[in-house]
Amino acid sequence: MNRRIFRRWVSNFMVGLMLVAVIVAVAPLLFILLNLIVKGASSLSLDFFTRMPVPAGETGGGVAHAIVGTLIIVGLASCFGLPIGIGAGIFCAEYPGTRLAKATRFIADVMNGTPSIVVGVFAWTLIVARQKHFSALAGACALAMLMIPMVMRTTEELIKLVPHSLREAALALGYPRWRTSLSIILRTALPGIVTGSLLAVARTAGETAPLLFTALGSQFMSFHINEPMAALPLTVFTYATGPYEEWHRYAWATALVLILVVTVLSIAARLATRQRLSGRG
Amino acid sequence: MAESAQHLSTDHLTAMYGKFTAVKDVSLSFPANTVNALIGPSGCGKSTYLRTLNRMHELSEGGWITGRVSLDGEDIYGAKVSPMQLRRRIGMVFQKPTPFPTMSIYDNVAAGLRINARLPKGELDGVVERSLRQAALWEEVKDRLRGSALALSGGQQQRLCIARTIAPKPEVVLLDEPTASLDPGGTQRIEELVFQLKRDFTIVIVTHNMQQAARVSDTTTFFYLGQMIETGPTRQIFTAPKQEQTEAYITGRFG
Repeated sequence: MNRRIFRRWVSNFMVGLMLVAVIVAVAPLLFILLNLIVKGASSLSLDFFTRMPVPAGETGGGVAHAIVGTLIIVGLASCFGLPIGIGAGIFCAEYPGTRLAKATRFIADVMNGTPSIVVGVFAWTLIVARQKHFSALAGACALAMLMIPMVMRTTEELIKLVPHSLREAALALGYPRWRTSLSIILRTALPGIVTGSLLAVARTAGETAPLLFTALGSQFMSFHINEPMAALPLTVFTYATGPYEEWHRYAWATALVLILVVTVLSIAARLATRQRLSGRG
Repeated sequence: MAESAQHLSTDHLTAMYGKFTAVKDVSLSFPANTVNALIGPSGCGKSTYLRTLNRMHELSEGGWITGRVSLDGEDIYGAKVSPMQLRRRIGMVFQKPTPFPTMSIYDNVAAGLRINARLPKGELDGVVERSLRQAALWEEVKDRLRGSALALSGGQQQRLCIARTIAPKPEVVLLDEPTASLDPGGTQRIEELVFQLKRDFTIVIVTHNMQQAARVSDTTTFFYLGQMIETGPTRQIFTAPKQEQTEAYITGRFG
């Protein structure tokens, strides 16, 4: 009887410990979100999403240019980064023992640990310094460089999770190697790869440092990828470090918009993949 | 007693993993439309031997062979033979059911047919139904062909894999312990099915279960430590084995 009570206490204690861990993990996130809403929501209005910034001192205006800029830069970065990252991931999973795969994996791990500002400086030397002007394209390249190692490693791990028996079943059916990889292995791993890619896109959408020396930021709406372009994280940075009280409020609001954009992107893409997969039934 | 044609045969076949010999110098032949059981304790080389018959062995790390494997007199390891084409003539079913998880029941059965040519829809429907009927699964799945293959029970999944294997009309079906992960009910259905299938195919089945070998097969071959110890009609192997090791194994004294 005593043993049973003792065991129940130990069990409750352990569950309690885990609850504490969960709270400690989630609390800062909730606090950040709450803080953003409290300080930023009051400045949010339809204008904030649709209008351009006004000169300092005047009230009103919005960050439409930065929303468009972020969408363009992150969209371009995804076009460069996702195919390369996923392709490299497939290669490393399909030919795991080759020297090239081992080297690629090692470099990707190093790059995953590289501070994003270093990547920004690299993109600056590679593109901006040569072209002698800042550009959204350079920003997209910097973000793509951050995306590639993340996407590559997730893709590789997810493909490795597909049971070897499935590959054998396809080959035994007479599938050529490339079709086994594409229509059996990759398709089985696809939902995970999509989620992993989304996480990478969402993470890079919030990066500021690599854009500082590349896309630079701008006060104007721009669709030219060969010119400086605004982006939400840059706008947060500019407003937050600016001298005006009004700007500080805008910084909070812009940060909130950034989080909203990232959330909407994730939810939309997740819904899209879910529908397609269940549609195949 | 007239022997039927020697359909599939191996001649001094040795299978290696790198420098390790898994199967030593095995010469066997499997007549058309018979069920041939390969028995023996774990690690005796029977699965490796089976995998040399459709060239799956060479996909394993370091896998290579010496000797000859012939299908209808043709060397399947010949320079002109494409392993992909060959595997469409010699199908294989594995120990664990392996339905393709992203495909429906219908698409699973059709998978092997879609590799080469695009069959007209009506024709494809016919082959899918015929294959599922042959695999004794049609009645259970005919109303949910578009449903996920993963919703089926383990035994149903294994019969689905059999349907998928026989859909492209192979000549030989290799079964690698097809009932090892199934319950007794599922096992019984597969065994009945194997008995039916020999009308259309030549079957080689690896099994751990000696009762199973005795129930379903026409010939039985006993492997031990990579060597073929004894082969013969199943009845003879189980009632009057010539080798002491065979007798010791089938009476359960080791293995």
